Amino acid sequence: MVEMRDISKRFPGVLANDRVDLDVASGSIHALLGENGAGKSTLMHILSGLYRPDSGTMKVEDRTVSFASPLHAIRAGVGMVHQHFMLVETQTVAENVVLGDRRLGFRMDPAAIRDTVAGLGRESGLEIDPDALIWQLSVGERQRVEIVKMLHRGARLLILDEPTAVLTPQEADTLFDRMRGMAQAGRTLLFISHKLNEVMELAETVTVMRQGRVVDTVPKAQVSHRELVHMMVGSPVLFDVTVPPVQQGRKLLSLRNLRVENDRGQTAVDNLSLDLHQREILGVAGVAGNGQRELAEAITGLRKLQAGTIELDEFDVTGSNQRRMIDLGISWVPQDRQHTGTAPNLSIQENFDLKHYRSARRGPFLDRAGQSRRAAALLAKYRVAAAGRHQPVRLLSGGNLQKVILARELSTELRVLVAESPTRGLDVGAIQTVHELLMEQRSRGVAILLLSEDLQEVLSLSDRVAVIHSGRIMGILPRARAEADTIGMLMAGVVPEDMTT
Amino acid sequence: MIAFLTAVLASGVRTGTSVLFATLGELFTERAGVLNLGVEGMMLMGAMTGFGVTWLTGNPWLGILAAMVVGGMMALLHAFVALVLRAEQVVSGLALTFLGSGLSAVLGSPLVEVRQVDRIPTWPVPFLSQIPVLGPILFDHNFLVYIGFLLIPLCWFWIYRTRQGLELRAIGENPAAADVQGIKVMRQRILYVAFGGVMAGLGGATLSLALTPTWVEGLISGQGWVAVGLVIFAGWDPIRAMFGSYLFGALRRLPIDLQNFARFRANPSLGYFTSMLPYLFTIVALLTVSIGDIGRRWGAPAALGRAYVREDRDA
Repeated sequence: MVEMRDISKRFPGVLANDRVDLDVASGSIHALLGENGAGKSTLMHILSGLYRPDSGTMKVEDRTVSFASPLHAIRAGVGMVHQHFMLVETQTVAENVVLGDRRLGFRMDPAAIRDTVAGLGRESGLEIDPDALIWQLSVGERQRVEIVKMLHRGARLLILDEPTAVLTPQEADTLFDRMRGMAQAGRTLLFISHKLNEVMELAETVTVMRQGRVVDTVPKAQVSHRELVHMMVGSPVLFDVTVPPVQQGRKLLSLRNLRVENDRGQTAVDNLSLDLHQREILGVAGVAGNGQRELAEAITGLRKLQAGTIELDEFDVTGSNQRRMIDLGISWVPQDRQHTGTAPNLSIQENFDLKHYRSARRGPFLDRAGQSRRAAALLAKYRVAAAGRHQPVRLLSGGNLQKVILARELSTELRVLVAESPTRGLDVGAIQTVHELLMEQRSRGVAILLLSEDLQEVLSLSDRVAVIHSGRIMGILPRARAEADTIGMLMAGVVPEDMTT
Repeated sequence: MIAFLTAVLASGVRTGTSVLFATLGELFTERAGVLNLGVEGMMLMGAMTGFGVTWLTGNPWLGILAAMVVGGMMALLHAFVALVLRAEQVVSGLALTFLGSGLSAVLGSPLVEVRQVDRIPTWPVPFLSQIPVLGPILFDHNFLVYIGFLLIPLCWFWIYRTRQGLELRAIGENPAAADVQGIKVMRQRILYVAFGGVMAGLGGATLSLALTPTWVEGLISGQGWVAVGLVIFAGWDPIRAMFGSYLFGALRRLPIDLQNFARFRANPSLGYFTSMLPYLFTIVALLTVSIGDIGRRWGAPAALGRAYVREDRDA
């Protein structure tokens, strides 16, 4: 059905696809497995005509193709269901399905369109009321509309980008049934996933990608969970960090049965409990979007708890706002440095003052002299490469920006540090600096919660490793027992047999 | 009393026609997801051009045509700045209004002296215009009024019953979804913006060639803004736009019709008050719909005023 050869695609600073080969057999269910950022979505966007490859060739049904737009792809029989649905909310299901279809005459016959769409739904087992408005539908139903839309346009190869990411388990089961049905009817299905369970359940063939390359393509029958995980995460080379032995202190932060909702009101952190000690780095490994952000925001007081308690040094601080949490000594290095972490157009000094203004003041006025002195001292101490304390932070490189944030967060009387992907996107030198700073804080007695997608980082720095999946802690392993494969499986939501005992 | 109401409604339909054209044009522009606040400027240029060309050629239909061309060209300027260069649509539209006001005043200054040009002829529909009450209200007008009557159902049909209409609604609601389905979002948006300008030009010329056959600076006196307000009042629906336009026309004519009553002649402030009503109505309509998410429920196109760029990389 599909033959992709030597496909490369470069984005500024990233080689998203590096000489990728992919073969998909007609009528099969094929899974594309890999961690976030492995290049799966990019490859599928190339196949569906959204991106153009920098090099390489593609064949669909034995014809060489080159897609300038999604329209060309769908004409060749390739349709993609995006993770974020492309639907017009105020229009009906039927209208969405036929949108852009040139075969329609000038005058639309609502009844005929309705019948066509209803018929297509029955045929594929994806029944859906053609008159319903999109905004009235559940996420699962919307996904059906997307699939029906592609079928209507004549898709023989259907690409699904993480189709179960937004579905309830029941909806996912139904979807799997329908996917199998469509494959039996002769269509080819290609789905992107980072969930091992669904790959093992659904796919006939699995292609594993890592860091922009294809690791291997294997028939599912001949591969085990553990082998797949190993292909996904590889054998991480640990960072060269000296973790000085310290005597772990008393319990400092205690999270009990936290339940937190995400912005859409869904449960993102589910009955989560963790303890964090003085002089400890607790690494939380997990694929992005499994509740890490919500957890960090709950601890720092930004996000409301639906249930559960937070204790700091045996003192109940549940429900405190962010200012109180700051006063209590909780510092935060957010993942989004440019927006959450700093105000891009303000100067370095002003970004320091965002947090320090209350301690540096003269009566109701800001203590300008004191602020300047402090800013200059921090710049020197943290060796920020900048044109001066008045430089807008948006002009700083990622590493220097992170140093500014760390300088601000570590220069208060902190007891707990929540660090979210603190080295993401930084170069080796900056990573080294950040790691050293974290170690220094650990030695000083700070309790550090390190939330990171980077398995190498978690394994290199942490005293203990907790794995988060779907907002739950899958397991906590001491440093000595934390192996990449085990962690990888837990990240994918699978508890290895040797852990269940 | 019936005679008075008939007169108010008849003049309402006649007066409202100019704003009806502009409203329908802006309705299509906004349905495509583009906000063009330059209606007032385009109407002014249309009115001035229509009047001037008629004076030069002696043919009011040529005047109408020229007004439509000029309106369309001004709208294309907005399309270029706001869609191609992706400038802020509100600012670009306002600039267009200022441009139209100034340019029409300068270029139209020789026309102010002109007293008499041929106007668009009035044609009472045979027999139908004799019907009591309905006849004078609907069937005793100039040709432009009848064109307005025809356009309303045509616009409705286009939006709700054609493939192009479906695509139009999609690009105003979710341009990304339309793009993925192979619809040329940019091209369609430019065309609908141009159509909005053509209609605004027509609306302006209606005023200067059929209603008050003169040209003075600022002839439109805010009717372009009323059109913008009426689009919202109408919930982006041509049928409701019709009611709104004719209601506005009636309110606008009210002070003149009321002059027949001695009590109104005696109290000039009442006249000012009634002159204010159409604009008050516009402001209230705008305010109501801008509050909170009423606008969303009222049917505002979700992508209204937002530039669409195909995302090259979503991390």
